Amino acid sequence: MPGKLKAKIVAGRHLPVMDRASDLTDAFVEVKFGNTTFKTDVFPKSLNPQWNSEWFKFEVDDEDLQDEPLQITVLDHDTYSANDAIGKVYIDIDPLLSCEAATVISGWLPIYDTIHGIRGEINVLVKVDLFNDLNRFRQSSCGVKFFCTTSIPRCYRVALVHGFVEELVVNEDPEYQWIDRIRTPRASNEARQRLISLMSGELQRKIGLKVLEMGGNAVVGYLQCFDLEGESGLVVRAIGTACTLDKLSPGTAPNTTTHTNTHTLPNTAPTSNACNSPSKDSKEPVFSEDPPHSLSGPPTPLRTLPSSSPPPFSPSKPCSRQSSSSDTDLSLTPRIGKTSPASSPSPPLSEFPIFTLTCFPPGFLVHVGGVVSTRSVKLLDRIHNPDEPETRDAWWEEIRQEIKSHAKALGCHAVVGYSESTSICEEVCILSASGTAAMLNPRFMREGCLDTGGSDHRFEDASPPSCGFVHIPYDEFNMPFPAQLTYCYHCRRQKVPDVLFTTIDLPAEAEVTGKGCLIQARLCRTKKKAQGEVNATSISNLLPFMEYELHTQLMNKLKLRSMNALFGLRIQISVGENMLLGLASATGVYLSALPAPGGIQIAGKTPSDLSYDQHISTMQKRIDDTIAKNKELYNIHPPECIEEVVGSPIPDRQRSSRLFRSTSESSDELSELDLSHGKKDAFVLEIDDTDAVEDIQSLLTDAPIPAGFYSCNTEVMPGIHNWTSGLQMFTSVRVYRLSNANLTNQGLNKIFTDLCENLLKSLYFKLRSMIPCCLCHLNFTVAVPEEELIQVRGHTYLSTPLLSFGIFRWVEGFVCFPGSGENEEQLQFSMEMCGESTISNNQPTAKPSVSSSERCSPLPEGRSRSLRSTRSLPCGAPVTVVKMTPLSFLPGTRIVKYLGIINMFFIRETTSLREMNRKCLHFSEGGVSGFLHSFIAEVFAMVRAHVAALGGNALVSYSMKECVFMENPNKNQAQCLINVSGDAVIFIRESDQEAIPPLLTSRQTSSTGADGTT
Amino acid sequence: MSVELDVFVGNTTIMDEEVYQFWLDGYTVNDAVKVRMEGGVLEECEASAEVLRSDTMDQYRTFQMCERLLHSPAKLANQLLFQIPPHRQTMLIERYYTFDGVFVREVLGKKLSKGTKKDLDDVSAKTGVTLKSCRRQFDNFKRVFKVVEELKGPLVENIRQHFLLSDKLARDYAAIVFFANNRFETGKKKLHYLTFQDFAFCAGQLISNWTVGALDNMLEDMDVDLEKEFLQDLKELKILITDKDLLDQHKSLVCTALRGKTKAFNEMEANFKNLSRGLVNIAAKLTNTKDVRDFFIDLVEKFIEPCRSDKWTAGDMRLYLTHYTNSAHILDTFKHQVVWDRYMGVIKSCILKMYHD
Repeated sequence: MPGKLKAKIVAGRHLPVMDRASDLTDAFVEVKFGNTTFKTDVFPKSLNPQWNSEWFKFEVDDEDLQDEPLQITVLDHDTYSANDAIGKVYIDIDPLLSCEAATVISGWLPIYDTIHGIRGEINVLVKVDLFNDLNRFRQSSCGVKFFCTTSIPRCYRVALVHGFVEELVVNEDPEYQWIDRIRTPRASNEARQRLISLMSGELQRKIGLKVLEMGGNAVVGYLQCFDLEGESGLVVRAIGTACTLDKLSPGTAPNTTTHTNTHTLPNTAPTSNACNSPSKDSKEPVFSEDPPHSLSGPPTPLRTLPSSSPPPFSPSKPCSRQSSSSDTDLSLTPRIGKTSPASSPSPPLSEFPIFTLTCFPPGFLVHVGGVVSTRSVKLLDRIHNPDEPETRDAWWEEIRQEIKSHAKALGCHAVVGYSESTSICEEVCILSASGTAAMLNPRFMREGCLDTGGSDHRFEDASPPSCGFVHIPYDEFNMPFPAQLTYCYHCRRQKVPDVLFTTIDLPAEAEVTGKGCLIQARLCRTKKKAQGEVNATSISNLLPFMEYELHTQLMNKLKLRSMNALFGLRIQISVGENMLLGLASATGVYLSALPAPGGIQIAGKTPSDLSYDQHISTMQKRIDDTIAKNKELYNIHPPECIEEVVGSPIPDRQRSSRLFRSTSESSDELSELDLSHGKKDAFVLEIDDTDAVEDIQSLLTDAPIPAGFYSCNTEVMPGIHNWTSGLQMFTSVRVYRLSNANLTNQGLNKIFTDLCENLLKSLYFKLRSMIPCCLCHLNFTVAVPEEELIQVRGHTYLSTPLLSFGIFRWVEGFVCFPGSGENEEQLQFSMEMCGESTISNNQPTAKPSVSSSERCSPLPEGRSRSLRSTRSLPCGAPVTVVKMTPLSFLPGTRIVKYLGIINMFFIRETTSLREMNRKCLHFSEGGVSGFLHSFIAEVFAMVRAHVAALGGNALVSYSMKECVFMENPNKNQAQCLINVSGDAVIFIRESDQEAIPPLLTSRQTSSTGADGTT
Repeated sequence: MSVELDVFVGNTTIMDEEVYQFWLDGYTVNDAVKVRMEGGVLEECEASAEVLRSDTMDQYRTFQMCERLLHSPAKLANQLLFQIPPHRQTMLIERYYTFDGVFVREVLGKKLSKGTKKDLDDVSAKTGVTLKSCRRQFDNFKRVFKVVEELKGPLVENIRQHFLLSDKLARDYAAIVFFANNRFETGKKKLHYLTFQDFAFCAGQLISNWTVGALDNMLEDMDVDLEKEFLQDLKELKILITDKDLLDQHKSLVCTALRGKTKAFNEMEANFKNLSRGLVNIAAKLTNTKDVRDFFIDLVEKFIEPCRSDKWTAGDMRLYLTHYTNSAHILDTFKHQVVWDRYMGVIKSCILKMYHD
């Protein structure tokens, strides 16, 4: 019996009125885990019931613990008819399974109903007692830590990076099962929510197993995605980077490390890993010997973790919906060859030298080659046997192989900043993967993880850290694509390209001139409506052209801003019924080590006409002016010009650089296509046709960022360092309906560009009171929902034939810096209020409901309250302020503890769209906006509540992975699916670090007490 | 091409105070956009009308969703749906419960019933406050009234705690509740010159001096009703005008004190008996609910208007009332000093507040 799950239902509040006669509710609660269900008593006639139940105990396998969510259902008791469900709470208990994460889930969680939204809150307590499991053939992977963060988590140190892990689980979508025709929308939604929750749990467990097999203890950069393939099924897939992490214990508070590991971690034997010295003594903090890696990490004493050694062979017990059988085999069979002559016995290899990390410890990244990306168009077919989803696995494997070979072509042995995505329209699916080819420092790697043979000489070069990563990894005389090489402007010893595109974050050690900015390329292409193979072929024919045009746009915009490198590049291509949308976003910077970019020249093809010449020269002037203005705006004043004359190693270098492809992009079917533009000089823009005129127009019509704003899509804003902790995360969704059926490519492009620009303008306007500020991690997502869906569901629109519509969505962290003293002061003010008001305000104003809620919460409140960043509210029952950010850190603060991953999936449906419309009539707006607005607000609320229940005060690396919106005005219905994820953490402000250790220690003792009962 | 859906949600709820005011004032989105455009926000940030409209719409939706919570402000603090910093919460509540002076003057003292609510369109047309805003303000009055009605203890404190309002606003609401409960007549033409603040001040005086809670706020009763016993006792004051000796004695005492101190002395002396009769009669009649309702109109008719026609200054008024009150203590046959002080203290401050143009 490997685990005991305990749950206690304390109280409810703000429940909805279920009995119209009495205006009250007779509520009780069902607690379900697996197939076991417990019930509380009915608490009659109250909207704020106090159940104070006993501890419900579930004795379960740890495999189930990982897969299943705890399901809490609140019902209204009805003597004569069936009990009415008020709503449900799903609790992912995974964070409780890792000894270093949370120890208890306790707090007010919103009760959610897929039709009515949030209906009151419930106060619960959940604990897990895990027993030591020595079974070597186990199916569970408790204890493996998961992080969405794509860098090494702040309070850990990386000992080893093991490499790529992936897994994929397939099931039938309940929404498309026959039973869906007879069950209620609520039942269908709940079946779907529950299934996805189960699948995510299973996926995580399987990935965990792989990590244990590799000898790691954590997954960093965990990226989980859903493919809603409709009829053909539901795919949940995840990728990540397996690592061995060591917890850093702050020198001031040695006790803060967890010391109950040995209970919970299946600790079988010391591993071959030298830095893992399992400590038997679990009470004493161990300041262990420094591991053999010379790291430039913080000079704090290191606490090593007992790590688990992998079972030597694969799980033999067949489990349900097992996926990727071939792949598992691959990673389990020790691979021969390729391993460098190393000492220790080689552990199983990861087949792909691919890393989902975008931010690295110093010295990790040796050289960067450029962006590698692959797209592949597939036709979906029904997944006949969910237990054997080979096709999906094979597809992704193919893509990863290609990525790997692209990286090889760039002379690199690894791919970093890797991500995968899909775009589905009916039965056509575009699979995309992209990353950055790179050379990594093998001393961080598990032996054999990288094929480093033959390239060792490059590691011996003592490249200066500030420019080393831009030096070319490939052979100068055998370049994979035409490029202009110069000697590095920083060290003058190595060759560098003239432009660099990457998908990673700007390395901390990189030297940047001026400031960075967000650069976007947007593209729209119409395509014929078609079915099956024909459709797939026409899409795959279009893809390379789109990639090429996006690339050209990016390059032009980069030059226009006098910058020479792109970071965080994300190219998204979405497929619709009769159009393809491409959106590329990146952060442009001027890297001091790379040469200054040349200008842009315009040339007419037929230079005969005088007015035409004049036209060209005015254009040229406008471009030159813009470049000059941008240099000023982004503060780019490199000393290059003089130096170039004095000692440029390549004297014959042209002022206007030529286009080269730092990317080696290709689509599946068209990998041979030469995208490198032949011999034409890219930055001589020829305006011989309307296309080029459009291009230039679009180049120049990019609205400048209003003063006081900075924007980027990376973690940190290049060129700005002094961050304050003022923070605002937001999400915005827009859907446009295109009504004109015969739009040209240009027309569509214009519309699309305008939409994006308008969106940005809207943002700047909304946030105008916060300047100076920076919009970080600006993330655009675009989709073209299926046209057929619209037609079927929305006959009202048939009179104006519609082309399609796109959803734009972006998720974003917003940060202020000290220039805005106001923001800083405000925060300080609220911090001070915290201490005061808890003393003076609570007493006289305590309300009956409030005091009861405090009373019935059995958790000592001290810790969480003292961590609250804002003062308690006037009425005395403050809600913990939970910050959310897409960044992996919170500026001005220090993350002291990771509490576990949050990965939630919600469905919301309304069958009273018209009523919502009516309600909103007075501001003449469709109810859909209201519907989605409240849904997103509810999702945020639930995420915050779960973070707070884990004891956290922030969610970092937040992202909204999925936001699918469907509308059927005819049936008066709308439905929306949202998937969000992130890492729950406890942070403290840099200034009040000292206050924390005792509190943490007190929590520690309580948790030890709880564990002691095992 | 049309915008089908346009939503912006922040983790910390973003609110624009200016737009909030438009929403409270019952502007439609279009009107709000128009006013904002004229206000010059656009030039400030190079935004288009479309951007402004989208922003206004977002804000309106947010406020609409918050409205339910604002009905019981304590919920705003422990709800989970919107993460709003405390100072913003305070602002939201305070503004939501703030009312227009012109509007409240129209419904002050009226029964907060459905019938009154039906007439709000007339009030809206008369005052220029939008009907939507009128309804919100009226519903606020009614909500506060209903909640406080059932609570024990001091009125102002109850309102302040239950609705998390500032002291000033809580006092104003106490006045509104007090007026609605006692149905004081405030709509007569002669009373039009009085502002809400005048009445609020008087209500404050009445609440803190003439109600049950005024003497002992530990009492179980609430202080929305005037103390019955006290009103009964007021009948005893009649002796001041019915006893001829006492009236003459009182007059001569007051006149001696006032002589040479004011230009209006002659008028004061001539009118003394009339004025004194007026005030004492008001006191004596307060046991009748009907006369309680006419309290303010009586004060104006019986006292303020005669003085005004005699061109008393505010200083004259103060002087007169002070001596009028104090002289009664010297009358040896007058035994009701305590009741007299309790009565005259309030009357004096009310009249002083109400004595203006």
